[in-house]
Amino acid sequence: MAMLVYLIPISLLLGGAGLAAFFWALRSKQFDDPEGDSRRILNDDWDDHPKP
Amino acid sequence: MTVTDPPRFSGCAACSVAPLAERTAEPSGRGGNELLLSLPTIHCAGCISTVERGLNETPGVRGARVNLTLKRASVTTDPGMTAADLIPVLDGLGYEAHELDPGVLSATATDRAGRDILMRLAVAGFAMMNVMLLSVAVWSGAADATRDLFHWISAAIALPAIAFSGQPFFRNAWSALSVRRLNMDVPISLAITLAAGMSLYETMLSGRHAYFDAALSLTFFLLAGRYLDHRTRAIARSAAEELAALEVPRALRVTDGAEETVAIADLVPGDIVRVKPGARLPVDGVVVTGQSEIDRSLLTGETLPVYAGQGATLSAGEMNLTGPLDVRVTAAGEHSSLHRMAELVAIAESARNRYTSLADRAARIYAPGVHLLALGAFIGWLAATGGDLRLALNIAVAVLIITCPCALGLAVPAVTTAASGRLFKRGLLIKDGTALERLAEVDTVVFDKTGTLTLGMPEPTNLHQHPRRAVEVALALAEQSAHPLANALAGAARKAGVETAPLTGITEVPGYGVEGQWGEVPVRLGRAAWVGAEAGERTAAWLRLGDAAPMAFTFADRPRAGAEAAIAALKAQGMAVRLISGDAAGPVAELARRLQIYDWTAEALPEEKAAAVRALETRGRKVLMVGDGLNDTAALAAAHVSISPATALDAARIASDIVLLGADLSPLGAALVTARKATRRIHENFAIAAGYNMIAVPIALAGFATPLAAALAMSASSITVSLNALRLR
Repeated sequence: MAMLVYLIPISLLLGGAGLAAFFWALRSKQFDDPEGDSRRILNDDWDDHPKP
Repeated sequence: MTVTDPPRFSGCAACSVAPLAERTAEPSGRGGNELLLSLPTIHCAGCISTVERGLNETPGVRGARVNLTLKRASVTTDPGMTAADLIPVLDGLGYEAHELDPGVLSATATDRAGRDILMRLAVAGFAMMNVMLLSVAVWSGAADATRDLFHWISAAIALPAIAFSGQPFFRNAWSALSVRRLNMDVPISLAITLAAGMSLYETMLSGRHAYFDAALSLTFFLLAGRYLDHRTRAIARSAAEELAALEVPRALRVTDGAEETVAIADLVPGDIVRVKPGARLPVDGVVVTGQSEIDRSLLTGETLPVYAGQGATLSAGEMNLTGPLDVRVTAAGEHSSLHRMAELVAIAESARNRYTSLADRAARIYAPGVHLLALGAFIGWLAATGGDLRLALNIAVAVLIITCPCALGLAVPAVTTAASGRLFKRGLLIKDGTALERLAEVDTVVFDKTGTLTLGMPEPTNLHQHPRRAVEVALALAEQSAHPLANALAGAARKAGVETAPLTGITEVPGYGVEGQWGEVPVRLGRAAWVGAEAGERTAAWLRLGDAAPMAFTFADRPRAGAEAAIAALKAQGMAVRLISGDAAGPVAELARRLQIYDWTAEALPEEKAAAVRALETRGRKVLMVGDGLNDTAALAAAHVSISPATALDAARIASDIVLLGADLSPLGAALVTARKATRRIHENFAIAAGYNMIAVPIALAGFATPLAAALAMSASSITVSLNALRLR
């Protein structure tokens, strides 16, 4: 049972990290254009050189 | 303005409103210029790169980004550049583009509310999952110190999460209580806070039952319902805003002979405004120079164009047809007749808000019932056990949790989301939350004629009755004019394989018609008075060849695509169909015969239209009004529920509950069917929720409810209700 002392904080931390990642994604406008983003990945415009 | 692009439905509301707010909030950086373009035809990965590359290569453009979900492009340009410079570039690439007014699209408030709910939902979901896992250990038999530890950890997660996520409910409940009213949020808030408080108390006393997981899943499911509700409204609002934003309010001001483009808001009475042929009047005013014909159909329903010369008084919203007009502004913006009409609509709207939605009616029965039941359980057990306060409170809380309107909170939003998504795909935009329910009750449909059942586009009716040579002359003359009647005549004659007659010296006389020389004979095509004829009742263009008697080319308005199908479908559903028009009796009777409407009224004034609708309502009929013009707005607002096409005037669109996005009327019949189905699903959902309660409440009252039972009942009823809503196909 002593394991719980480590496991519960670890699991809470991991879950919290997921929550924080969701907040970050929401704030950095990553849900603005779900349809466009799913198509942009197929775009080969910047394959050879990065976008200026 | 025509909106014929395929209806669009974005993935999530926060996504559709978020970018705009960001964009309007962003400083445009070193004097740059932010432009917003609507691109209704983009649809693929290739389109994105073509449009972005094309725009970026245009000199003066600093950056361009396409949003495919919203079908928009935001462009940062050098100062001084306008959308008019970019639209031809996009046309060259093969994409239709329209300018959007970023001012109208300021969706900041809705966007913030949407993100706020989403964030609270995420917190509640996270906390619920963690507490649920801890609870599984307790349910499967953890005891003594372990159980207490788990309860304490649950409390540490649940209490802050509830304090944050539950705020929308607490705030609503407080505002209802402070005016001494009960709404759905009162039992919700009470259940959540009592469950959390009771569980904390039990945890302190090392009790067996803690309801932290129930309190959290309650918050989570109810927030999900709120979010769905918000999403449906935000999508409708942003689409409605886009329609409004398509009409960028600009005018051509003439100062000392020089033209400049200004915003309508900057015009003051006394300014001179130039209105080009084919443009809509931006202001109320008096004609100073020029002569032309004016199409008033959107304002009055008349299809006959009216002559306008020096000194004529014009109102905003009328269309200039043939010649350029210089107009002295008498009233602009908020004082113009268009705006005054919009205010009347706002007054009429507030009168209609008396309709109580199904959800409100359910809450009115439900909220007091639950409280009485819980109170009854508390008093009953207190008496039965001879004063065991803790047990009695425990049972009262269990009753509150079990009956809590988890499923009720989802019952309406889940169905309206599914139904409005489905209608949106068909081209109907639901603007109002209760519009679906009201649409389902309709038994009478009243149509307007011009612009609603017809396209407002004339079609020649007696071309074949004239000698071929006359038609050839008419075609030659008509091709030199931009007048809608001339366009229609030329189009139909070309289609019939007519060649142009050889004419010389063709000139257009704005406001009157076109004249020319046919060999030695002077010929004229135009208004009746100009060619020396007596104007008839029907829309007509008159042709005179030399001194011969003038001959009339008559026109009828073309019915909108799907008008016959829509009326047939409505009649098949047993609706009474009426036609009330402001137009003259002749054209109205003809259209009514063509569409088989037996009950029609012509030459109705706007007040008469509204009065007719109100009279039907007082006789107990539920009226659906379909109209587009300014003369319909009062009737639209007076009806039980109203629909207007996207081509309608701004004021009419604001007044109506539902906007028809496409040019086709045929989805009307199916929309009524969908609305009735949706209402039936809502009723079913209430029945399901009530059924669950009927089984669970006796168990809770008897004191057998455990946290496990509460969790099961809650999830099961919520999922059943959502699945039932999804059946709406």
